[in-house]
Amino acid sequence: MLSPSQSVIIVGMTRLIVPFIQIFALYVVFHGHYSPGGGFQGGALFAASLILERLVVGEKAAWSLFPLRWALPLGLSGVLIFGAIGLFGLTSTGHFLDYSQLPHSVSTTLAAVRSIGILLIEIGIGIGVCGLLINIMDQLTERGRSS
Amino acid sequence: MNIFKWFLLAAVAALLLYAGQYLPLVGDPNAPAHRHVSPAYIESGLEQTATPNIVTTVLADYRSYDTLGEVLVILTASLGCFLLMNRRENA
Repeated sequence: MLSPSQSVIIVGMTRLIVPFIQIFALYVVFHGHYSPGGGFQGGALFAASLILERLVVGEKAAWSLFPLRWALPLGLSGVLIFGAIGLFGLTSTGHFLDYSQLPHSVSTTLAAVRSIGILLIEIGIGIGVCGLLINIMDQLTERGRSS
Repeated sequence: MNIFKWFLLAAVAALLLYAGQYLPLVGDPNAPAHRHVSPAYIESGLEQTATPNIVTTVLADYRSYDTLGEVLVILTASLGCFLLMNRRENA
């Protein structure tokens, strides 16, 4: 049972820091083309912010922010985004995960399409890792049984 | 028995040292591992994928099967936790 923390310092710092962690997580996902980062790191950061919320403000308040039942569907949808992007290549050229076959206008170069494909699967990885890590946390603290 | 154990350890250490002298130096550009596909990735990665970060290029484009496998590892761990913690007592 995760109960709310009684320390005003911990609660106050958590409320202050969680939005910044989440914005930084989105930055890490979307800036993965230019700097170290990507879906795994960004998804883990976002999951860490929500897990911190669960540990500090207690499960009732944390579930109003991110309900228990959302974690596993969110993770599965992220993995499915990755797989669906990969299947686009399979339909036209027969190469799984060939991003240059994604739907695009004629004027777009293949390199740009591959760049967009990388961005899309990084978003899928981010969503997937975030949901799956939160699901592991929720299940191991025995929240799954009471739902 | 103790003598034999130390002798075995020394023999394995000698074997590893003997084999280790034929390894390429760290960072050697002529090492076999750096002469297969790595130069092609480094030279043509930017123009093929329009992504300046070569780590992202290799992880998400050239080696995306690997990345898909990593995501499936986490998916398996998460589903394992879900199934273990939610199993029915009378099943």
